[in-house]
Amino acid sequence: MTADVSIRNATKVFGSFRALDDVSLDIAAGEFIVLLGPSGCGKTTLLSILGGFIEPTSGTISIGGEDMTHVSPARRPTTTMFQDYALFPHMCLRDNVGFGLRMRGMGKAERFEKAFSYLDLVGLRASSAKKPHELSGGQRQRVALARALAVDPHVLLLDEPLGALDLKLRRQMQDELKAIQKRVGTTFVHVTHDQEEAMAIADRIVVMNKGRIEDVGTPASIYMRPRSLFSAGFMGEANFLPAKVRGASGSEAEVETALGRVALPASAFVSGSPAVGKDVTLCIRPEHFRNANADVPTVSLGRGRITGSAFFGTHHRCHLAAGDAVLTAHLPQTDTPQTGAELDLRLKADSIVVLQEGV
Amino acid sequence: MRHLSTWLAALYAGLIYLFIFLPVVVLVLFSFQDGSLPVPPLNGLTLRWYEAIFSDGKLMAALGNSLLVALISSAVACVLGFLAAYAFARYTLPASGLLRGLIVAPMTVSTLIIGLGLLSILNITGLRLSLVTVGIGHVVINLPLCFAIIYASMGGHQVNIERAARDLGARDWQVMLLVTAPMLLPSILAAFFLSVTFSWDEFIVAFLLSRFDVTLPVEIWSMLRSGLDPKTNAIGSVVFLISIAFLVVMEFTVFRKTGKSS
Ligand SMILES: Nc1ncnc2c1ncn2[C@@H]1O[C@H](COP(=O)(O)OP(=O)(O)OP(=O)(O)O)[C@@H](O)[C@H]1O
Ligand SMILES: [Mg+2]
Repeated sequence: MTADVSIRNATKVFGSFRALDDVSLDIAAGEFIVLLGPSGCGKTTLLSILGGFIEPTSGTISIGGEDMTHVSPARRPTTTMFQDYALFPHMCLRDNVGFGLRMRGMGKAERFEKAFSYLDLVGLRASSAKKPHELSGGQRQRVALARALAVDPHVLLLDEPLGALDLKLRRQMQDELKAIQKRVGTTFVHVTHDQEEAMAIADRIVVMNKGRIEDVGTPASIYMRPRSLFSAGFMGEANFLPAKVRGASGSEAEVETALGRVALPASAFVSGSPAVGKDVTLCIRPEHFRNANADVPTVSLGRGRITGSAFFGTHHRCHLAAGDAVLTAHLPQTDTPQTGAELDLRLKADSIVVLQEGV
Repeated sequence: MRHLSTWLAALYAGLIYLFIFLPVVVLVLFSFQDGSLPVPPLNGLTLRWYEAIFSDGKLMAALGNSLLVALISSAVACVLGFLAAYAFARYTLPASGLLRGLIVAPMTVSTLIIGLGLLSILNITGLRLSLVTVGIGHVVINLPLCFAIIYASMGGHQVNIERAARDLGARDWQVMLLVTAPMLLPSILAAFFLSVTFSWDEFIVAFLLSRFDVTLPVEIWSMLRSGLDPKTNAIGSVVFLISIAFLVVMEFTVFRKTGKSS
């Protein structure tokens, strides 16, 4: 089962500290949403408000069109999967997974059957008589997922469920989570501070910072067209180049940077149209410095000198000095960048994003 | 030099154990005395005194009373101790530090004072002295202990587990009964068995708060008033044996549980 979620102007104040500041968000039924942000930005607070563990200071939450703001966790169509799994240590896996059904008054036979089917879903049917302490971290995590899904929640809330797993297992569990979500169709709201994890599983990512939502969109749109400096910097590496708008016509704008004047398409201005004289910031992903094809419009930022490089497998990560600016570029793995060599800083015009905040 | 100090240490330890256990050994030994005085010399061994106590109706009734009082008062103390511990661990109560201290405080008060206090309260309320009043007295004595043991084992890591239970639809009493209590079972059992052993050989409160039906220690005391007799040694040995049995059961259940839980 599945339901849409609507958060309207949710604010949570602890003492004098605003953990959530006027957050509004609409989540479609069956969507896989990832809340992404640094430690302390309010992700768990937002999730707890959705789960009913804390009440917002102001604002409303509705799930499936019904107001849930003051409804207790037990009466919400949500279940939470906790970071430490919170399995019942004294119960076997079957009873863990069947607990929610037991609370709903379901008979033994039916309950066990359903518990077994959910253990099957996560590949642990054969271990149904084991206790949680006999399992590995990844297996416990699966039991927690099965237990949360067994009561047919409309919305599943996951608070950094993969945080305690090692990298390899984490990647594997990400794929499993995504596959299971597709199968059951439940709305998933998943918290993480790992941007790679967010990109791996999300339909849409919500980037949070200091209790506010900075950006919302598909992984590709947040990476390619970030709408704030924070969002650009949090989703992978980015070069930020301060600039001033010098001229603006209908489809083009000219900006002046420390590396010279460049003409950019108006579509590069993702957060508001260009205004002459305004301080803006150019955001350039390091891999966009690769020599662009000549048959698309390009812009040039002059030349840069390589001051250091390191090989990362998929690319060479190079530090460049260009005028007073220090830039980072990712060059193709087949290149052989030499320290001291010069590089043509040419990139596709549509790969640059202009943000309206100064740095 | 090294050798000498090891020998001295061993000797010291031996003396300590002798000091602790000699009275018990003597008690048990002379319960088999073939004669009417439980004092040296040992004339020979007999089971006659054991026969005598097991056929003594009053003594056996007192033994039954003691077990009844110990088991029921300990169960009550554990339930009350658990509920109090749950409240203090899971809710923020006004002046909770002070209130917690007050619950544990009776542990430092002598049982004589507690017994006298209870006696005057019972006088005021007009409740007649019986095994029930002895049981009440033992709950008063053992509740602080049960509370302290159970409270110490309630950690923050169980909070999320309880929260998960609530999230899955459990009500408060279901959370306590199906999740919290089973998780704390090792410490609840430890509290229970310790409380049973204390209640089992508690004398002062049992003496002050009982009248016609008495517990075993009180019965033994009245036996003693009619003079020394190997029979008292025999019943003393039985008391000792049962205490040991409680401890062994506790050791096994609690040890096995804690060894197994994750
Ligand atoms: N009960 C509380 N009382 C006071 N402050 C709180 C409380 N809960 C959270 N906070 C504060 O609110 C802020 C947001 O907390 P939250 O747990 O939502 O962060 P988070 O984004 O989940 O971080 P992390 O990634 O570290 O889990 C933090 O600065 C935290 O100190
Ligand atoms: Mg958190």
